[in-house]
Amino acid sequence: MIQIKDLHKSYRMGSNSLHVLKGINFSVKEGELVAIMGSSGSGKSTLLNILGMLDVADSGEYILDGIPIKNLNETKAANYRNKFLGFIFQSFNLINYKTALENVALPLYYQGVGRKERQAKAMKYLEQVGLREWSHHVPSELSGGQKQRVAIARAMVAEPKVLLADELTGALDSKTSYEVMDLIQKINDQGNTILVVTHEDDIAHMCKRIVHLRDGVIVEDKEIEQVRASQYVQ
Amino acid sequence: MFDLERWQEIFDTIRKNKLRTFLTGVSVASGIFILVILLGFGQGMRNGIAREFEQDASTSVWVWPGTTTKEYKGLNPGRRIQLRNENFDTWTALNGERIEYNSARNFVNGVSVTYGNEALVYGVQGVHPDFQFIDNAKMSEGRFLNYSDHVNTAKVIVIGNKIKKDVFAHLDSPIGEYVDISGIPFKIVGVFKEMREREEEQMYIPITTVQRVFNGGDRISNMAFTLPPVEDFDQAVTQAVAFKEELRGYLSQAHTIHPEDESAMQVWSALEEAKRYYSLTGNIKLFFWFVGICTIIAGVVGVSNIMLIVVRERTREIGIRKALGARPWSIVGMILHEAVFITAFSGFFGLILSMALLEVVGPNIEVDYVLNPSVDLRVALTTVFVLILAGTLAGFFPAWRAANIQVINALRDE
Repeated sequence: MIQIKDLHKSYRMGSNSLHVLKGINFSVKEGELVAIMGSSGSGKSTLLNILGMLDVADSGEYILDGIPIKNLNETKAANYRNKFLGFIFQSFNLINYKTALENVALPLYYQGVGRKERQAKAMKYLEQVGLREWSHHVPSELSGGQKQRVAIARAMVAEPKVLLADELTGALDSKTSYEVMDLIQKINDQGNTILVVTHEDDIAHMCKRIVHLRDGVIVEDKEIEQVRASQYVQ
Repeated sequence: MFDLERWQEIFDTIRKNKLRTFLTGVSVASGIFILVILLGFGQGMRNGIAREFEQDASTSVWVWPGTTTKEYKGLNPGRRIQLRNENFDTWTALNGERIEYNSARNFVNGVSVTYGNEALVYGVQGVHPDFQFIDNAKMSEGRFLNYSDHVNTAKVIVIGNKIKKDVFAHLDSPIGEYVDISGIPFKIVGVFKEMREREEEQMYIPITTVQRVFNGGDRISNMAFTLPPVEDFDQAVTQAVAFKEELRGYLSQAHTIHPEDESAMQVWSALEEAKRYYSLTGNIKLFFWFVGICTIIAGVVGVSNIMLIVVRERTREIGIRKALGARPWSIVGMILHEAVFITAFSGFFGLILSMALLEVVGPNIEVDYVLNPSVDLRVALTTVFVLILAGTLAGFFPAWRAANIQVINALRDE
C-alpha cells in the first residue's frame, strides 16, 4: 500500500539546515496497523506529514497504492488527500462552529457528494463510533474522547485507503485512550490500513508492528504480538 | 455562484459568526449611506441654485442707471443718469436680431391705488408687452399686456396672484374689475404667477400709459433684454458678456459716462451670474465626490481589514479543510463568496436606506439653495458595485494567502 525509498527531508532555519529525515526506507501492506515511535525530534511527525502529502520530501520515492506521489500541485494533492487519506490529529481539529454531523460530512462536501447522501453517510459513521445521539452537538459540548471519535468518524467517512493518526491519544486520559484504541483496532479488523504516530509504549503495543525512529533513521522495525485494547474497556 | 452547496456553507458560516458579519456589514452600509447622502445634497444644491435663477429668464441682461463716480470730459462726478426712450429704441433698433425680448420699465411713484374704498399698497410698474417673458411670469388668468395696449396707451392692468388672493378673494376672478390709480380707472386683464410671492405683489400697466398719464415724459427707470437661447452654455455666456459690454459701451457714450464707471450704469447678466454659481456648485460637487470617495476607500480598507482578521481567525479551520481535501480555489472561493455576499447585501441595504431617506425627506427640505436632494440611481449602483469589486480585490489577497498556507503550520497554530 505504501512504499518509501530513501526519503530525505531537511528544514532551513535561518542559516542552519536541519536534516530531519536521513534516508527512510519502509513499506506498509494493506490491512496493517503500524505504530511509528520515537522521541520528539526523531522526525516521526515529519514523516507522517510527508505521507499525508501535507509536506514534500526533498528527495526519495513515495508510492501510495501504486501511484507515485511526486511533483503534485496543490489541487492534485488536495484530491489525493481527499480520496486516499484520512487524518486523525492530537488536538482533534474539529471545526468548532459545526455540529458533529457536519464535521463528519465535510470531506464528502469536498468530494462533491450531495447534501442528503452526505448526511446519511456521516450519520452511519457516527453510529459506528457510537455517537449517534450526539450528532447535533458542537465540539464544545463533547468530551475529549467523544471529539476524537468524531474525528475518527470524519477520517473514515471518505473511505480512504490509509488512516494517518498523529498522537491521537496525546490529549486523552488512559481510559479514554484505550477506548479510542479499541475503536482503531476494530476499524483495522475490517481491513483498513492505519499508521499511528505515538511516543507512548502501551499505545504502540496495541498495534501489530512498531517502527522506531531515531535522529531521522529507522533503528528498529518489528512485528509484535498485538495487545487488544478491549480488555481494558468495560 | 449558483452552487447551492456553497451557499449553504456560506449561510452556515454567517449564521454562526453573527457579530463578525454584522460589523463588516455596518462598515460597508454606512460608507454607501454617507456617499449617497452627500451626492444627494450636492445635487440638491445644484437644483436649488438652478431654481434661484429660474425666476428670471436665464439669458436676461438688465440695465440700471445710477450716479456717476468718475469725472469725465469735464463733467463732475455725482451726476444722476436718466435713461430715456431714445436709448431703448436706438439699442433695440441697432441690435434687433441679437435680442429675443426687450422691455423698458418705469416705476410709478407717488400715486395712490385704490379698489373701491380699499387702498392698495402694491408697486405699479410700466412695462413693455415682452416683459412677461423677461420676468418669466406665468399667466394664471386672462392675458398680459399686449401690443395693442402698448400703442393705444390703454388703461389696463395686470396683477400678481398674491394681490388677487389678498384683495379679490371674494370674487371668482378679478378679471374685468377696475382699480383706480390716482383716480383713473384701470381694467384688470390678467393675473400672473411668479416663483416667489414677493414678486407677485406687483401690478403692470403699459409703459406708454405711464409716460403719458403719469407725467413720465420719455423717462425710463431701467431696461431689460433677453438673448435668443443657445444650446452650449459657455457660448451663451460669451454671447451674453459681449452683449453686455457693448450695451454698456453704447450707454456710456450716449450719457457721457467714464467707460469704467460701473456705478453710473450697472449692466447685469443673469448668465454671467449663473456661471459663477454653476462653477461654485461644480466645485461643491467635486468636493462631495472627493469626500465620498474617501468614505468608500475607508469602507474598502475596513472590509479588507476585516477580511484579514477573518482569515487569521480561520487559519486553523482552513488548515483542517485542506487536510480534508479542500482545493486551494475552493478556499479562496469560499472566503470571497462570503465577502462578496456580505458587501453586496449591506451595500444595497445602505443604498436603499439612504435613497429612501432622500425620497422621504428630500422634497420636504425648505432651505434656500437646496431643492429636492436626490441621487442618480446609476451613480449609486455604480458605487455599490465599485465597493463590491474593491472589497473582493481587497479580500482576494488574504484569501489567496490563506489557501496556500502549509496545513501543518495551520494546524500547529494553537
